Amino acid sequence: MNFDDTPQEAEFRATARAWIGANAPKQYEDELRKSSLGRTQLKNANILEVAKAWQKKKADAGWACLHWPKEYGGRGSSPIERVIWQQEEGPFGKLSHMFIIGHGMCGPTMMAFAREEHKRAYLPPLASGEKVWCQLFSEPAGGSDVAGLRTRAEKDGDEWVINGQKIWTSGAHYSDYGILLTRTDPTVPKHKGLTMFFLDMKSPGVEVRPIKQASGASDFNEVYFTNVRIPDHQRLGEVGDGWNVSLTTLMNERMSIGAGVSTGFPELFEYCSSLMLDDGPAIEDRAVRAKLANWAVKASGLRYTSMRAISALSKGERPGPENSIGKLVAGSMIQDVATYALDLQGAAGVVSGPEDAEVAGRFQAMLLRAPGTRVEGGTDEIMRNIIAERVLGLPGDIRVDKDVPFNKIPTKGRG
Amino acid sequence: MNFDFSDDQKQLRDQARKFLTEKCSPKAVRIVLDGKAPYDKALWKGLAEMGFLGVAIPEEFGGAGAGHLELCVIAEEMGRANAPVPFSSTVYLAAEALLIAGSDAQKKKWLPAIASGEAIGTLALFEGKGNPSPKNVKVTAANGMLNGVKKPVADGAIADFAVVAARTGSSGRENDISLFLVDLKDAGVEVKSLTNLDPTRGQAEISFKDCKAEPLGAAGDGWSILTQVLDRAAVLCAFEQVGGADRALEMGRDYALDRIAFGRQIGSFQAIKHMLADMYVSATLARSNSYYGAWALSTNAAELPEAAAAARISATQAFQHCAKNNIQVHGGMGFTWEFDCHMYYRRANAMALGLGSLTYWEDQLIDRMRKKNAA
Repeated sequence: MNFDDTPQEAEFRATARAWIGANAPKQYEDELRKSSLGRTQLKNANILEVAKAWQKKKADAGWACLHWPKEYGGRGSSPIERVIWQQEEGPFGKLSHMFIIGHGMCGPTMMAFAREEHKRAYLPPLASGEKVWCQLFSEPAGGSDVAGLRTRAEKDGDEWVINGQKIWTSGAHYSDYGILLTRTDPTVPKHKGLTMFFLDMKSPGVEVRPIKQASGASDFNEVYFTNVRIPDHQRLGEVGDGWNVSLTTLMNERMSIGAGVSTGFPELFEYCSSLMLDDGPAIEDRAVRAKLANWAVKASGLRYTSMRAISALSKGERPGPENSIGKLVAGSMIQDVATYALDLQGAAGVVSGPEDAEVAGRFQAMLLRAPGTRVEGGTDEIMRNIIAERVLGLPGDIRVDKDVPFNKIPTKGRG
Repeated sequence: MNFDFSDDQKQLRDQARKFLTEKCSPKAVRIVLDGKAPYDKALWKGLAEMGFLGVAIPEEFGGAGAGHLELCVIAEEMGRANAPVPFSSTVYLAAEALLIAGSDAQKKKWLPAIASGEAIGTLALFEGKGNPSPKNVKVTAANGMLNGVKKPVADGAIADFAVVAARTGSSGRENDISLFLVDLKDAGVEVKSLTNLDPTRGQAEISFKDCKAEPLGAAGDGWSILTQVLDRAAVLCAFEQVGGADRALEMGRDYALDRIAFGRQIGSFQAIKHMLADMYVSATLARSNSYYGAWALSTNAAELPEAAAAARISATQAFQHCAKNNIQVHGGMGFTWEFDCHMYYRRANAMALGLGSLTYWEDQLIDRMRKKNAA
């Protein structure tokens, strides 16, 4: 048992470290390091531009999308090399946030289901950050129940005509392309009538409306489709096989989201180490220590759970399902941590806005962003179902709509 | 990175599991639980024959000399089987104290006897209420004579010898405390069994009256040695707790699959599924923290104190959480004497106290994290 690199891993790490040291945009390092959940922004620069520039630089030197094949703009690296890269990239990795959906989900789905000429045309500019992608799955009627979606795609000659609405689409407002899950047959049970496409987000009839979140930020959007036309060659997988195609995307989504999730603990520990309460330093208060210790072991438990997964990768094994607990544990933890940090400030916690006080602003941003973490990429409840069913082997939920044609499923709870 | 046990170590774990499944069924545990025997002597002998008692004891002192990672995987299986033997007191506490501070002669006398199953040892630290602290040590040692009362002492009634913490100074500091080895058959020792939460591992009161005491380690070093012993035992106990948590989770899962209510397997109800998922989460976090503890223990890393405290807290919480909710999944059957759930519930809650309460370990963890951050 050790934490050591193999000689090959050490060599890779040294090469990566040297390149990052020479090329990363160091002027933003401190700001990025101090950013936490809900608060990744640069004071004097447009973060999207900085991120695109860094991604392009990486791509030109062969450091973009490490695990992708070279012909699609990647490096053909092993999974463990990807992990080492992420460790070395450190705070600069936060710049990749707006590419996560494209790199983590759309890219792999394209790779699995797109035509070869499309892969060669679309994947390299996605890898290099020149083109940004989004994932158009969720709808007002289909969040956790993704297969309950209603956006229609109807065949018209060699094209499909799309009408409907998507919601919670991260980054749609700056995306160039998207992968889109639609209903092509409402007369069969819900999982059987879906079909997946990719499309140009600038297509006529696509309208993106940013959603203002509880935090005041707008990371997500509603996307409306009015007679949007998509050529049939942009279909991913067979007609009616969209559910299976989307499973590839969703599996990748949970891996991506679980990997880099923050807990808020380092921020809280640092804060409590310097905070003075009425009776003395917070860190010497019995009640504060008990809280900190409880969160400390959750944070370290997650850290070493991911080390175990990395070790499995290092041996060429697939990480086990224990990886899926990251988002579940961290989501509610960061919410609790932020609540507690504000509580420690007493009444001041409520008024100290992000501009007024560095510390309160940090935890307020966390507090307001945390509910999203518990929902995106599968709610806490869906994650628990996954653990219960796929890890512990418990029965699936009873689904009363399973064999019912989609257009016969009730749409309202009351009346 | 290879943050995992080796194939050989996993094989040893399988071997231990197989052995314990055969020799330590819940029925066997109940013989001790029902008070028909103070511990499972046959199992103890078997553990010695398998080489499990001396797995981390060097060969020159009669052990297998394998190491602490090997001891960790065995500990996990001891917890999973809820073994009614004085394993933790003898192997994690007494043997570790000897390994850390014993003279060559002391090691030669006791370690081979531990490895062969001939000697049961324990640590006599507590004196009534309160957590490990120099100020809670009132037993005195002067002129080679011990006086005072220790309780509770784990497995004290069946132990052959004890490592005893005693006061040798009056400065009010840690260096007032020294450790002593006491043969519990000696004159001046009086042992009384105490009823306790987990009858499968006994507790005793031991009184010393002008009892002969042999120093273990240098005078005044007692507290520093004790801290090391407790840290090492915390990691090893964490593996027992992880094993117990896993077993409790497994019992709950199996029952949820077997039991039908309202016309369905109860494991198909989300309330039950989510409770079991949360048990899995806590057991997984505890396992990962314990692995880190194992790494620190086996490499004697500077991180050991912090890693041990984290493993201790995480594993204590997980075992309590899983044992408690296993009963909940079982419903009314869960708190009957006939079902095995309460054995794990008892063990979980007794183990939560054995090395000092969570409060103590929370304090330790935060102190150690602060020290690291300051450094």
